[in-house]
Amino acid sequence: MNEQEYYVPSGTYWPIIGSIGVATLFVGFANQMHGASWGGSIMALGFAILVFMMFGWFSQVVKESTSGMYNSQVDRSFRWGMSWFIFSEVMFFAAFFAALFYARQLSVPWLGGADNNMFTPELWDGFRATWQQIAFNTPGATLQSGTAVSVPTQLVDAWGLPALNTALLLLSGVTLTFAHHALRAGHRNKIISWLVATIVLGVLFLGFQITEYGHAYHDGLKLTSGIYGSTFYMLTGFHGFHVTVGVLMLTVILYRVQKGHFSADNHFGFEGVAWYWHFVDVVWLGLFIFVYWL
Amino acid sequence: MTTATATAHTDDHHGPEKGLMRWIKTTNHKDIGSLYLWFAFTMVLIGGAMAMVIRMELFQPGMQLIDPQFFNQMTTMHGLIMVFGAIMPAFVGLGNWLIPMMIGAPDMALPRMNNWSFWILPFAGGILLSTFFMEGGAPAFGWTFYAPLSTTFAPDSTDFFIFAVHLLGFSSIMGAINIIATVLNMRAPEMKLMDMPLFVWTWLITSFLLIGAMPVLAGAVTMMLTDRNFGTTFFDATGGGDPVLFQHIFWFFGHPEVYIMILPAFGVISHIVPTFARKPLFGYSSMVYAAASIAFLSYIVWAHHMFSTGMPVAGELYFMYATMLIAVPTGVKVFNWVSTMWRGSMTFEAPMLWAISFVFLFMIGGFSGLMVGIAPADIQYHDTYFVVAHFHYVLVTGALWSIIAATFYWLPKWTGKMYNETLAKVHFWWAVISVNVLFFPQHFLGLAGMPRRIPDYSLQFADFNMISSIGGFAFGASFILFTYIVIDCIRNGKPADARPWEGAKGLEWTLEPKAQYHSFNTPPTRALIEKESQNS
Repeated sequence: MNEQEYYVPSGTYWPIIGSIGVATLFVGFANQMHGASWGGSIMALGFAILVFMMFGWFSQVVKESTSGMYNSQVDRSFRWGMSWFIFSEVMFFAAFFAALFYARQLSVPWLGGADNNMFTPELWDGFRATWQQIAFNTPGATLQSGTAVSVPTQLVDAWGLPALNTALLLLSGVTLTFAHHALRAGHRNKIISWLVATIVLGVLFLGFQITEYGHAYHDGLKLTSGIYGSTFYMLTGFHGFHVTVGVLMLTVILYRVQKGHFSADNHFGFEGVAWYWHFVDVVWLGLFIFVYWL
Repeated sequence: MTTATATAHTDDHHGPEKGLMRWIKTTNHKDIGSLYLWFAFTMVLIGGAMAMVIRMELFQPGMQLIDPQFFNQMTTMHGLIMVFGAIMPAFVGLGNWLIPMMIGAPDMALPRMNNWSFWILPFAGGILLSTFFMEGGAPAFGWTFYAPLSTTFAPDSTDFFIFAVHLLGFSSIMGAINIIATVLNMRAPEMKLMDMPLFVWTWLITSFLLIGAMPVLAGAVTMMLTDRNFGTTFFDATGGGDPVLFQHIFWFFGHPEVYIMILPAFGVISHIVPTFARKPLFGYSSMVYAAASIAFLSYIVWAHHMFSTGMPVAGELYFMYATMLIAVPTGVKVFNWVSTMWRGSMTFEAPMLWAISFVFLFMIGGFSGLMVGIAPADIQYHDTYFVVAHFHYVLVTGALWSIIAATFYWLPKWTGKMYNETLAKVHFWWAVISVNVLFFPQHFLGLAGMPRRIPDYSLQFADFNMISSIGGFAFGASFILFTYIVIDCIRNGKPADARPWEGAKGLEWTLEPKAQYHSFNTPPTRALIEKESQNS
């Protein structure tokens, strides 16, 4: 479209469909947790509506974009939107990292008697404020929620699969950058190969992460293993979810590259996904250092 | 900033669709702004009805009407609905309506997402209100939902509350992203940042607060969810967690939230005071810097809500002094408004009455805020009615006041018609007197030691509570008149001029009397922007 015109998109039903979808998903989820037999189905229905909405909404935007309805101003709006969305994601992870730091530096030492040296004996005999082994100290303890504490028999080793996963994810950032360079140079076959490499690395990462979860779970490290298990699974779990979304997005981008949707200087879809992938990468570095290593 | 002249390209060149689908599908900033404002208004009435129940119960000592559990549900839901359902959506509604008009744009930058951020709200509000009909009733742990009240000891409906908060968060984040993209990308090419009207500035800054704070709230409620249902122990000391961690995370969100609800109000007042003083705004750039400083400081003072929770003395001192610092930029703002009025040719139409009373009454709330910010003194004030009085002075006579002021100020531009000035003045005096009868005695109640969030009280508190309740009923009734004035304006108002206020500056007044569906199809010229700038 004309660079000299403002663009205001037409109205669509996608937002209201999205609202219905996400509300259905949440209502189903809440009922599922409260033991309603139909909760799961409602949840699945909500999820399906959401997928339908995303598919429809994105297709419409892609169609409008490829038919040349957008100008560079629309492109810039998308860029602002995506960057601040990623920033909001950073703040979401920050909340969980804050919980991790708070527990490690403050609440667990306090329980062990740091600063006052009077709290611990009231809790359990022989309680030691150690980080990963927090659950070792409390065999047979019951949480306020009524669930029994799960005591892991082994620690997670940072230098096994997690280190390998770090290498994989860092490498995927590099391959994605190669794909971007190829895109700017207009070499479609190269873009496709580098993108496929990125996706494969992402899938490998997820596979290893699932294996790692299997080991940890088998060794008794669960969400119910005290604050260590809580922060471990919530941080890595949300990250894994984001990697999954990232892989799906990269796959869509691969499909769009094959369809010829992108040009050397007009490919916001590609760049937005690339930013997201790098963000996921950086979060993993934080996880590797603070959850696995230190 | 290179593009953009000629006409807006859209499927609805000739105005809105007909019927209900116009509102469901709309991508128009004015339609969406109206939806937000009417939603917020509905929520004010619902949350207000809960306040009436609270004041009825507190009319006399002893248990009068409702049982304590239901009383707690009332205070909790009143707070949640007013904060997340009324004040925040109302400001987003004002932002939607006004920002494109003020920056010379045709619409918001991401109009479809704008639609979604509104249309999540009715679902979130519905889920939140539906908890009243669930077993165990609605959440009753206070709007701050501290653990373990909200984790171990809360009804099942809490999980619905958690998801409602998630939805409200999505909506706010999308709204904020949209406003940032709009201000930075859709601004008229000739408009520099320091030409922007203050309402635009304060909303831009507020958007950064929203994007920084709302995801943290989402994290907090997610931890609550897993603590409640999946055996995590973030807020449970048995597993090495800490209920105090909840308070830290909550208030890391909660304190910026306070400024999310007041910065746009500062923007509104910075428009109305110069108009009716017929003088340029005093200290434009200091206003901008003050707003930015307040926003920055709001991120590093959160634990002043937790002085009585217990923390190292060094922490208490730091959070106390950092809190005191906020008084400096806030003082800059108040002095600038007063200096703007100094020797102005003032007239006192309804918007100006609301704005001047905002300056007075918000100042009372601000000063009582300084009092509760003093760590040693706060031990006495904490969880008393003094705190209730404090935050109602900033939220009712601050945030809500500015929303009502903005409604009267821009109603002619929204409807093309003038409201009934006489009735509006009656409404103002009714509201401003009753609101002080309602909240001022609560300072004394708190200083005398009456705790908040209780349905019954000791006999010595009886008189002030009765006075406060009478003020409450009168203030509640003032909304009937407000509703009448607004609807009367929309239906029967006399046609208004394009610039109904003699001293008003701003690009929005250069539009037609009832602003056209797409505000600016051609960006305004540099000369026009300079002529209408607050910074000149």
